[in-house]
Amino acid sequence: MSVEMKRTKKSKEPLIRTVKRTELSGQKAVLLRIAALLAALVAGGIFILAIGYNPVLVYKTMISGAFRSKLAFQGTVKVLIPLLITSLGVTLAFKMKFWNIGAEGQLIMGAVFASYFALFHDTLPHWILMILMVLGGMLGGGLMGLLPAYFKSKFNTNETLFTLMLNYIALNFVVYLREGPWRDPNSPGYAKIARFSKNAQLDKVFGIHAGWIIAIVILIFVSIYLYVTKRGYEISVVGESQATAKYAGMNVKKIVLRTMFLSGGICGIAGMIEASGSAVTLTSGIAGGVGFTAIIVAWLGGLNPFYIFIVASLFSIMEKGSSVVESTFGLSGACADVLQGIILFFVLGCEFFVRYQFVTRKERGARA
Amino acid sequence: MSMLIKFIAVSIASGTPILFGTLGEIITEKVGHLNLGVEGMMAIGACAGFMVGMSTDSFLLALLAAFAAGAFAALIYAVLTVTFMANQNVTGLTLTIFGVGFANFCGYYAIGKSESGTLKLPENITAQMRNINIEGLSDIPVIGPLLFSYNPFVYIGIVTALLLWFYLRRTKTGLNTRAIGENPAAADAAGIKVTKWKYINICLGGGICGIGGAYTIMIINKGVWISDCVGGLGWIAVALVIFAGWSPVKAIFGSFIFGALRQLKYYVPAAITIPGAFYDMLPYLITTIVLIATSIRTSREKSQPEACGTNYFREER
Repeated sequence: MSVEMKRTKKSKEPLIRTVKRTELSGQKAVLLRIAALLAALVAGGIFILAIGYNPVLVYKTMISGAFRSKLAFQGTVKVLIPLLITSLGVTLAFKMKFWNIGAEGQLIMGAVFASYFALFHDTLPHWILMILMVLGGMLGGGLMGLLPAYFKSKFNTNETLFTLMLNYIALNFVVYLREGPWRDPNSPGYAKIARFSKNAQLDKVFGIHAGWIIAIVILIFVSIYLYVTKRGYEISVVGESQATAKYAGMNVKKIVLRTMFLSGGICGIAGMIEASGSAVTLTSGIAGGVGFTAIIVAWLGGLNPFYIFIVASLFSIMEKGSSVVESTFGLSGACADVLQGIILFFVLGCEFFVRYQFVTRKERGARA
Repeated sequence: MSMLIKFIAVSIASGTPILFGTLGEIITEKVGHLNLGVEGMMAIGACAGFMVGMSTDSFLLALLAAFAAGAFAALIYAVLTVTFMANQNVTGLTLTIFGVGFANFCGYYAIGKSESGTLKLPENITAQMRNINIEGLSDIPVIGPLLFSYNPFVYIGIVTALLLWFYLRRTKTGLNTRAIGENPAAADAAGIKVTKWKYINICLGGGICGIGGAYTIMIINKGVWISDCVGGLGWIAVALVIFAGWSPVKAIFGSFIFGALRQLKYYVPAAITIPGAFYDMLPYLITTIVLIATSIRTSREKSQPEACGTNYFREER
């Protein structure tokens, strides 16, 4: 006893240590995140100030740039559509703690499958073609999601690394199609895939391609799926603890496969929309990093479809607005990426304070 | 024959930026942190190395700046994932988006300030970056071009890899490092300062990635600034970590193979018509197969450190 006492006296307790705290109330947690967002904007502002520009003016231009005209607003929504859908797609996987980093590849494969119908079956009636393209997109993305899920459930293959590799396999597959079998013979210069015919393009509704309607449908679907259905409940149980899920008699393997097919499938639909509504062809830049940004959006939104919608909107405004900042101030359009990065760094940091707190040596002594 | 030698020499040089990224990622993963920000850290390293190189005209200072900038970027990651226990995948991806964006932003800004509208490294520093030419040695047939004909980065990369191997396999701190990656709680109980070593290794890894970034701008782009200069090499580096089975020495040979794959399409006889995209896909395809194969054989030796991807909180057991 006495020896032990001596020993504990000798070893000093660290000055600051981390302890878990009881979960913050929802309102406080939201306030904390808003504070982090503001802090990030201030930090970004200091950076802008440091290079000799007026941060308030830059931010103002960014926001007004996203809304200043009907055309600008439509542009913002066009950025939002794929980002929102893909974020919702990865959310399903993330809820299950399946680290699907492969949204980019799933989106591309969805676009490839949809493009097949657009390029080679464009004589079908418009509505049938559209439905086939959506289903094709879903199948393409879904299979891309299913592959790592199969190996994960069978051999415990690391899904983070597997899905990451699939992104680049899918990307190079598009390059192959572009330079090989799907190359447009009417384009004598550089290799590209032919533009879709009018019949294979998404209709415009209120001036924006109908992808926004699909996005809203998916937003509602994912919300219901996650919070109302039994399957959504199963996802969260598997995410919390596979052992619990097994004990409760759930078929974990089946749930993982099904959810990953759905997760990839939703990302694939985003690919179909991008190909058919936005690019009107299949390009190697069809995903353009959306798959990666979506992961960040899903995480920032706390895997909650409603918050994801808000965060995705915010990111789209920054993306669109920074192109106006580029033309107005001569600052690179990459400032959206920088700002998004800073915001996320701050929010990731603040998440910590939702769950934990620091206590100093003194405080702790007083408490004990 | 001379074609073959040239191919090997080009492959080795071409694999070098990947080697740096891989080495940085290996020691990061060895302490249990999967940092998907390799691409971003390389971009920041490239930017800092380039800017310092341009203003000081010193190759050494440029390398140091690249290292420091990469390490600083990794420090952001370390603060968020080690101290604030944020999700590693998300933090790493953010670092990539932020890093690439930041580098492009700075480059664009500097071009706007420059008079000529282009940014180019001065003559003195480019002379130092050139392939070495040792009187007598470099002229020996076969051996000369294969051993004594590279730019300095190649030698730095190989030496770094060997040093890391020594560090991880032959020193006590290296053993401690590996223990942290496998089981941080056990390492903590054994008296290893988990947090401290996580920070040191992650920052060191980021610095090494930064030097790889400097390679992309100084050698691949011949010292002329372009946007997105890393161009996805960081992701190939992450793939190579798996291919090399988390071993720095195997990473050397792996980087030669990946470098060869990157160059193969320029050397294949015209009679063989394999689509060019296939060569670009190969590194990822091979890595995927290796990933699946190691998971099927459940080989402990060649797999990711056990605790990689999960943060360690001392009071959570």
